[in-house]
Amino acid sequence: MSEAQDFKYIGQRTIRPDGHDKVTGRANYAADLTLPGMIWGKILRSPHAHAVINSIDTSKAEEDPEVFAVMTHADIPNQTASGVQNILAKDKVFYHGHAVAAVAAVTESAAERALGLIEVDYKILKPVMSIDEAISNDSPLLHDDLFTKGMAEDPAVPSNISSRNELSKGDLEVGFAEAEVIVEREFRTATVHQGYIEPHACTVRYDEDGQSMIWCSTQGHFAVRATTASMLGIEQTNLNVIASEIGGGFGGKLPIYLEPVALVLSKKSGRPIKMQMDRNEVFMASGPGSATRNWVKIGAKKDGTITAMKAKLCYEAGWAPGSSPLGPACMTVFTPYDVDHQYVEGYEVVVNKARCAAYRAPGAPQSEYACEMVINELADELGIDPIDLRLKNVAKEGTQTMYGPKLKAVGLVECLEAAKSSEQYKTALKDNQGRGVASGFWFNVGGESSVVINMNEDGTGTIVEGSPDIGGSRASMQMMAAEELQMPVEAFSAIIGDTQNLPYSNPTGGSRTTFATGMAVVEAAADVVSQLKERAAATWNVVPEHVDWKNGAAINTKGEGVLTAAEICGSAAKTGGHISGRGNISARGASPSFAVHLADIEVDPDTGKTTVLRYTAIQDAGKAIHPSYVEGQYQGGSAQGIGWALNEEYVYNEDGRLENPGFLDYRIPLASDLPMIDTIIVEVPNSFHPFGVRGIGETGIIPPLAACGTAVSKAIGIRMSELPMSPPKILKAIHDAS
Amino acid sequence: MRYEAPTTTKEAASLIAGEKGEAFVLAGGTDLLVRMKTGLSDPDLVVDIKHIPAMQDIKTTDSGTKIGGAVSGSRLNSNKKLKKAWPGVVEATNLIGSDQIQGRATMVGNLCNASPAADSVPAMIAAGAKAVVVGPTKRRTVPVEKIATGPGRTSLAKGEIIESINLPKRTGKSGDAYLRFIPRTEMDIAVVSAGVNLTLEKGLVKTARVCLGAVGPTAVLVQKAAKAIIGSKLDEESLKKMADACSAACNPISDKRGTVEYRTKVAGVLAKRAAKIAFERAGGK
Ligand SMILES: Cc1cc2nc3c(=O)[nH]c(=O)nc-3n(C[C@H](O)[C@H](O)[C@H](O)COP(=O)(O)OP(=O)(O)OC[C@H]3O[C@@H](n4cnc5c(N)ncnc54)[C@H](O)[C@@H]3O)c2cc1C
Repeated sequence: MSEAQDFKYIGQRTIRPDGHDKVTGRANYAADLTLPGMIWGKILRSPHAHAVINSIDTSKAEEDPEVFAVMTHADIPNQTASGVQNILAKDKVFYHGHAVAAVAAVTESAAERALGLIEVDYKILKPVMSIDEAISNDSPLLHDDLFTKGMAEDPAVPSNISSRNELSKGDLEVGFAEAEVIVEREFRTATVHQGYIEPHACTVRYDEDGQSMIWCSTQGHFAVRATTASMLGIEQTNLNVIASEIGGGFGGKLPIYLEPVALVLSKKSGRPIKMQMDRNEVFMASGPGSATRNWVKIGAKKDGTITAMKAKLCYEAGWAPGSSPLGPACMTVFTPYDVDHQYVEGYEVVVNKARCAAYRAPGAPQSEYACEMVINELADELGIDPIDLRLKNVAKEGTQTMYGPKLKAVGLVECLEAAKSSEQYKTALKDNQGRGVASGFWFNVGGESSVVINMNEDGTGTIVEGSPDIGGSRASMQMMAAEELQMPVEAFSAIIGDTQNLPYSNPTGGSRTTFATGMAVVEAAADVVSQLKERAAATWNVVPEHVDWKNGAAINTKGEGVLTAAEICGSAAKTGGHISGRGNISARGASPSFAVHLADIEVDPDTGKTTVLRYTAIQDAGKAIHPSYVEGQYQGGSAQGIGWALNEEYVYNEDGRLENPGFLDYRIPLASDLPMIDTIIVEVPNSFHPFGVRGIGETGIIPPLAACGTAVSKAIGIRMSELPMSPPKILKAIHDAS
Repeated sequence: MRYEAPTTTKEAASLIAGEKGEAFVLAGGTDLLVRMKTGLSDPDLVVDIKHIPAMQDIKTTDSGTKIGGAVSGSRLNSNKKLKKAWPGVVEATNLIGSDQIQGRATMVGNLCNASPAADSVPAMIAAGAKAVVVGPTKRRTVPVEKIATGPGRTSLAKGEIIESINLPKRTGKSGDAYLRFIPRTEMDIAVVSAGVNLTLEKGLVKTARVCLGAVGPTAVLVQKAAKAIIGSKLDEESLKKMADACSAACNPISDKRGTVEYRTKVAGVLAKRAAKIAFERAGGK
């Protein structure tokens, strides 16, 4: 399928099925479950960024009459499970907020009070808080057994550099020799947080008879089950994980922090346990996005043909090696450009910050920011319009990527053209205002999805899927089932099944759900159709091949007769039992979504304050199943990217303590800070999906960094390179330049 | 923890003076409750002043306007007369928090919380406001600039409560304004701020008061800045002098919200802009 199709239900703006619950407060989030006999768990966190744990004395807490259980790392049954040291520190704490012990007590405040009874003896070490510090020769080592992976020769001495990556195509020397203009520049970005509104929380109940359960907010409850079962050494069949309604994740709810601790506390105390992080804990101890230092060099001919692109990327992992998104950062950096000679070298370093987690298109915003800023500078040097320069070198069907595959049909050309003819691009700017344009690329993934559609006696269908709904996917699943079964959207409801209801499904992430779980829905719906046809055929005494499915009903092509889904399902008991369709798939054929954003920003030259005047996000959706949700994703990605560019950053003091663990001083944009973000949906169908869908959730966060970076630079006539471009930084740049 | 809700200021003062442990006045609670929740304060006694009639009044007298200690920001905002006389003071108070916070937060709570970044304080000081302080035995009237003595500290003795803020009577051509710098549009703490109050005579500035916030341990009344514009029509030269005097009076710290350099520079910028607004409000041209 590559031609546009005509759809009956897909593409409509139906009412969201989760809307009423969310706006009335009726929706049940992670912190909303209370069980009989339930008590509260709380975590003691390190006040130090880097320290050896000499000893932990829990005796006073254990004697407290309100305390039911106390635990430390030693109480985790499987000490070798992956990630266990982030759950509770073993002999060393690696960041301010690192979990060191936990208690369960009658009430939340009793638990909090009891934390004060635990005595931890630390030997404080000097923290390592930046890439520059981490790689300097006299830096303290976080791990004395960390030897850089991926070097030509295995290093003889340990360091804070955990790995090196390299990708290339063509020959850089040839490419730069052809260049007539070369621009190179270094960029820095700060540690940022996803800023999901709902804090991590869970309610758990340990059961000796093998009926343990976890209720939590997660992007992937099967992953919660796998990790927790492994840490506790229990079989997966004995643990049911229920995904609550989720209040945002953006990658930050892929890792788990509380669930294994809560289950051990429950086992020890014999009570159900509830745990919830407060906002400080979320900022301190859940996974932020990497701070980076990236250098990019690009050469071009005078006519705008780019001849060579080179990058050196450096990403913080937080304290845990392998936690940064360095791989995708390297893979994405130059993908919007069809250029023969490309090379990227990447390094990951460890620092005394929380272990990094995925954040929407993990790795891409930072690396593509560096590339896009240099492209815009190059456009200025060459005197070519930045959109024309991009069009001249644009990645398209057949472009060989640095990381392996050739691109299939993609929509970057269409996005650039839409940007060029957009209202915004034609509007003139005034003094102290600047405009930035930037492209963005993200792969999107497929993966495993399991879906069951249970047909009810009245002919309606219940879709049970294994993908937590963060961005409105339940509506899209209903619409795709409706399209396949040719029945109204209202004939379907969609729910997220527990881990005991369905086989494994990958987490909601990588922009995969509407694509992959959507394919599973279509497969399950097709399965339903074929069973409905069989039942009708049996009723009419014809072979199933002689039955058609049209407008939600079976039609006998060899005689008289129409049977609706309701009629067939209503008498299913007589034709062989009730009907359900299955789609358990490992989806292939995910296709990238490219985007182009335009930002107009005004800078107050006396205070450095930025105002986003106008913003347009243009992106290829393949096919927008529910356009309002697609637009919402474009706008949400833009808002996060704008925040990243302008004001968001973790601020640490000289001891490595996080100074702004809250929304007051970790400044995400408020509604009043942003204009209405205009959107343009481009649709170049993905031929691997029955309806042409591409994932669209992540790409939107990539272009804002360089779009805003360029807009601010143009507004003040100075090239900014360090994010966030907070007012003090902008004013200093203006002052230094004059 | 004990909670009391007396109906006279004197009673409230005696309750607090008589408490051996930690005792706090509760006005809107938008600072106090946050402190209690985050464990910064753990009071033995909380005395709610919202049931004291004198604390809920906005009264015009011969000498000016008297605003009770428990009057919320949103009530100030709905008082047209007050807004006309002291737009800067009302504006400054209305900058605090959001609609929800405005329904509760008071000027006096803002003052007694003694944050160097408190929004209503520089505006009150610029206005020449006075605080009526009531203790168990006596009352006194104190200029607002004498209340805060450092971050989180005030000159009030235990048991002393501010009953009202008195704004002087407006005569002739006058105007005030307050501006704060925050990186966003709302829900933020002032990185630096400036309040200016002035009167005009024959088109020239006759009297002026300039006060800065978030550039030192307490709000700073900058007399040199006021002098720089007195007698002027706010020409560029006197404005620049005023801005320089403001920058010179700054003694800020560098923190997560801004650098010393930034605060020092922007203090002058804001003072200039506030002076222009106040001048215009006074009918200056
Ligand atoms: C979300 C949020 C946003 C905020 N935004 C801002 C902002 O933008 N700008 C800003 O300046 N502040 C802000 N604040 C802080 C706070 O709202 C203000 O300082 C407010 O004016 C406090 O007034 P209140 O009546 O609520 O004080 P309370 O919390 O009731 O009291 C504050 C302190 O003053 C003492 N006190 C109160 N009344 C008296 C009295 N009559 N006599 C003696 N002592 C007294 C109390 O004991 C307490 O120590 C914000 C707070 C929140 C929660």
